[in-house]
Amino acid sequence: MTSLANAFTLIAIGGGALLFLAGTLGLLRFPDTLSRLHALSKADNLGLGLIVLGLLPHAETFTGGLKLVCVWLLAQISAATASQLIAGVLYRRKPRP
Amino acid sequence: MTMVLDLALIVWLLALAVHVARARDDQSAIIAFIAFGLLLGLGWTRLSAIDVAMTEAAIGGGVTGMLLLRAEARLRQRSLQPRTPSKTAKAAAAVACTAVAAGLALAVLSFPSPAPTLAPAAAAALDATGLGNPVTAVLLAYRALDTLLEKVVLLLALLGVWSLAPDQLWGGAPELRQAVAPPPFVYLARILPPFGVLIAVYMCWVGADAPGGTFQAGTVLAAMWLLIMLAGLRPAPDTRRTTLRLLLVGGPALFFAIGFLGFAVAGGFLAYPESATKPIIVGIETALTISIALTLGLLVAGPSSRAPTP
Amino acid sequence: MSLASLDSATLFGLCGAALAGIGLFIVIAHAGLLRRIVGFNILGAGIFLVFGAAARRGAAAGFSGDPVPQAMVITGIVVAFSATALAVALLQRLFDLTGRESLDAPAAGDKQRAEP
Repeated sequence: MTSLANAFTLIAIGGGALLFLAGTLGLLRFPDTLSRLHALSKADNLGLGLIVLGLLPHAETFTGGLKLVCVWLLAQISAATASQLIAGVLYRRKPRP
Repeated sequence: MTMVLDLALIVWLLALAVHVARARDDQSAIIAFIAFGLLLGLGWTRLSAIDVAMTEAAIGGGVTGMLLLRAEARLRQRSLQPRTPSKTAKAAAAVACTAVAAGLALAVLSFPSPAPTLAPAAAAALDATGLGNPVTAVLLAYRALDTLLEKVVLLLALLGVWSLAPDQLWGGAPELRQAVAPPPFVYLARILPPFGVLIAVYMCWVGADAPGGTFQAGTVLAAMWLLIMLAGLRPAPDTRRTTLRLLLVGGPALFFAIGFLGFAVAGGFLAYPESATKPIIVGIETALTISIALTLGLLVAGPSSRAPTP
Repeated sequence: MSLASLDSATLFGLCGAALAGIGLFIVIAHAGLLRRIVGFNILGAGIFLVFGAAARRGAAAGFSGDPVPQAMVITGIVVAFSATALAVALLQRLFDLTGRESLDAPAAGDKQRAEP
């Protein structure tokens, strides 16, 4: 049972770390702000989600696990808002045809 | 393996600090400083100082970053750039600063071994207070005088900030709201504060036994209040309002009152009676949390920029 | 001394020493006052890290660090923040009154801004 949980944790956290790496690469390499933003939110949402999921089997208490999920949800809300705000600034700055 | 993590963190911290020194514009430097604060928070967890890590991430990265970014936005319309110092002046500064850093590094490398520690004394105090978190016990019992004076420093800083308002605006409200608050931001300011308040109450309560406590809770509360004011959901209060001023001094005043009461019941300033130590500390923490939240929020908001409402 | 013999407390202490040097350099070498405020914060962070190294080494009595320096650092972070807020307010007032954001003597062509 524990080895199964460990394997699950390894795969999930490995996937999350990979997503963060890909997101960072995108942030550094993509040509324009909107696609950079896209790369960043992928890493934030899915990457952090996978890491939290991977850590869940190791939470010592039920409330501990719940706190981890709350961290993910709060990060989601703030990341989504920040992306919207940056995109909004970009939209307003763009000269309209 | 953990050594690699430590080294990576240290390299990033140094790289960000160098970026702050070299960046052409202030905005880029401030953003680097915010990242620096968050990474430094991680560094503090590596030093097993979770309470400090939370304070650093919330204040060093969060609130200070917001304060600086707002200042930068206001100063951006400046017409003239400040003169840059000459090459020789910079070189001399670099030499002097390297000497200071080298001296500090030498001091770090020659720390006495075994390290002197006050942990046993703090542990003894911990037993007397009934608390589980040694840092909270140090802040509110063992070295309570430091914490009390620090509250006074915070209030003095706020008085200093308020005094910088032009005469005719004295007693008015600071202006935080942007001209147009974007809808997603207003939405965030509507849904996040209930969670933030819950988290703050939890942090304040759990701080007696686990990492957390009055500073961290106060900062979270202040952040929620700033969010609401920035989104324009509630205006900033007039700084001359009596309730506001009473709440601001309430925490330190209660702290002082209990301190002087110590002479009567326990034989010394800030001495708590043996049987009621924990309730007293939790009571002080609650009052302090509200005072700290208001003080931090108003420090970020700055001096008043509107005439007081009659 | 080889790198492997350093523990993380010493590593972060050395990092703190370097950060204090960099912060001090920013305070001295930049004329812009806002950047100096950022530098002052980095200088403070470096000093706090040195404290943190001392706290980590003082682990005893079942604690993973000496709680006294840790509590002092928390106090220090809050006081550093209030000093920063006061400095920023002073800077904004200076800017509102003179249109400058450094302590350089005003150039001959500068005109004073009117009180808002």
